[in-house]
Amino acid sequence: MIEERFDAIVVGAGMGGNAAALIMAERGLKVLQLERGEYSGSKNVQGAILYADMLEKLIPNFREDAPLERHLVEQRFWIVDERSHTGIHYRSDDFNEEKPNRYTIIRAQFDKWFSQKVREAGATVLCETTVTELLQDSDGRVVGVRTDRDGGKIHADVVVLAEGVNGVLGTGAGLRTRPKPDKVALAVKEMHFLSRETIDARFNLKGDEGLVIEAAGSISRGMTGMGFIYSNKECISLGIGCLVADFQRTGETPYGLLEGFKRHPSVAPLIEGSEVKEYSAHLIPEGGYKAIPQLCGEGWVVVGDAAQLNNAIHREGSNLAMTSGRIAAEAICLIKSRNDPMTAKNLSLYKKLLNDSFVIKDLKKYKDMPALMHTHSQNFFLTYPQLFSKAMQDYVRVDGTPKLEKEKLMLSSFIKARSWSGLFSDALRIARAWR
Amino acid sequence: MPSEPSRRVEDKLFYNRYLVDSGRAHIKVRPHTTPSSRLLSMLKACPARCYELSDKGHVEVTVDGCIECGTCRVICEESGDIEWSYPRGGYGVLFKFG
Repeated sequence: MIEERFDAIVVGAGMGGNAAALIMAERGLKVLQLERGEYSGSKNVQGAILYADMLEKLIPNFREDAPLERHLVEQRFWIVDERSHTGIHYRSDDFNEEKPNRYTIIRAQFDKWFSQKVREAGATVLCETTVTELLQDSDGRVVGVRTDRDGGKIHADVVVLAEGVNGVLGTGAGLRTRPKPDKVALAVKEMHFLSRETIDARFNLKGDEGLVIEAAGSISRGMTGMGFIYSNKECISLGIGCLVADFQRTGETPYGLLEGFKRHPSVAPLIEGSEVKEYSAHLIPEGGYKAIPQLCGEGWVVVGDAAQLNNAIHREGSNLAMTSGRIAAEAICLIKSRNDPMTAKNLSLYKKLLNDSFVIKDLKKYKDMPALMHTHSQNFFLTYPQLFSKAMQDYVRVDGTPKLEKEKLMLSSFIKARSWSGLFSDALRIARAWR
Repeated sequence: MPSEPSRRVEDKLFYNRYLVDSGRAHIKVRPHTTPSSRLLSMLKACPARCYELSDKGHVEVTVDGCIECGTCRVICEESGDIEWSYPRGGYGVLFKFG
């Protein structure tokens, strides 16, 4: 096994780990990255959307050879009840630009490419290796890791924990607590294969144009959650996620929810005749700003999902992972260049830089949203969508009822369901949490 | 609701590739006489339906189809109902798409 000592060990080869390993290797640090999958990407699950800006900061010319699916030109938000959807669709030809802003990707393939860049930068990437424990000295300082390979102790000046949402190592070492059922969502996803022409026709796309549909409402059966449909070149990623605490409370099954979403009359025609080639599940950090654990300590930093860095309101996670990985790496390189030790005090530079970035600023902005959505899920994810759908149908259906009467009925249905004070306080709560 | 949810999950898992680490289950259920409500919730909440109720009324786990999400860990590890770890390096689910 590896006897030598490293400047840095990166645990995990997802977006955060790859970003950190790449930057540190590029800047001359001796980096070892450990990944438990058979290759980097084989354990990684995401929708997935790639945010170009954050990747450009790591690999400016990534468009030349990265395995990208489609660039997004359209975003559809749907509020759904059992038989309908009400949508806000935004599509712009501006997104057909020279350097598109967002792409759909397939993580296993993308991450394999990303890992190749990490290797080319000079990092040692060791796959099929599960890190079982953090090595700590008598003072609690992290000095390396133990793996499940023979004699698997490896030492380094600093360990970058990019171990993913479960954060098993950090929890095991007492650096943070394990995610709570009301702070993580369980999402399940299927990959539906269709011909390129079929996808283009069904979603009104041409060339490499792509589209995202996000749906909330009765599909989550009163739980806090949402469904998504992403168009790839020759397949559709389709999934749905809800809070783990809600699954626990209601006894709904994730696959039952997925089947329900697929059978929704607005969704079924989009995937008709498809061949499913994979079923996956993954936890998503949903606790927001208030769930962020300690980000660094003696000899360690934590990045990405392991640090619960996910913007649930904007469904952004991989960009926060990439950015936190990059910033952690930059801080480590700076400390290293000064020949300073990797103490908690010195590594707090990472936290400071992250606080100044969009990562923490955005999460702070929505710090009250998760709790609001979780405690009022029945209203926000079932009652309102149903009321809204009914109102929309009444609005468009022509049946001889005078319009004034229709409006009165519409209003009274809202008041009956939520009362004046309920409507008012719901609006106020959202406005406050959004601000 | 799907008429045969169990059958459906098995069908879904059939799409996936696994390298099973025979004899080394990465999740273990603590022996019990009566299962806790947390353990019972796993019968429904596990997306791969790895948890089942035995004839004796015990909750049992078969990890062969596990997709390593961590849901059971989040619900059941703190109370000691289960022991949870990732599979050994290279083993477990092998996503082609992810």
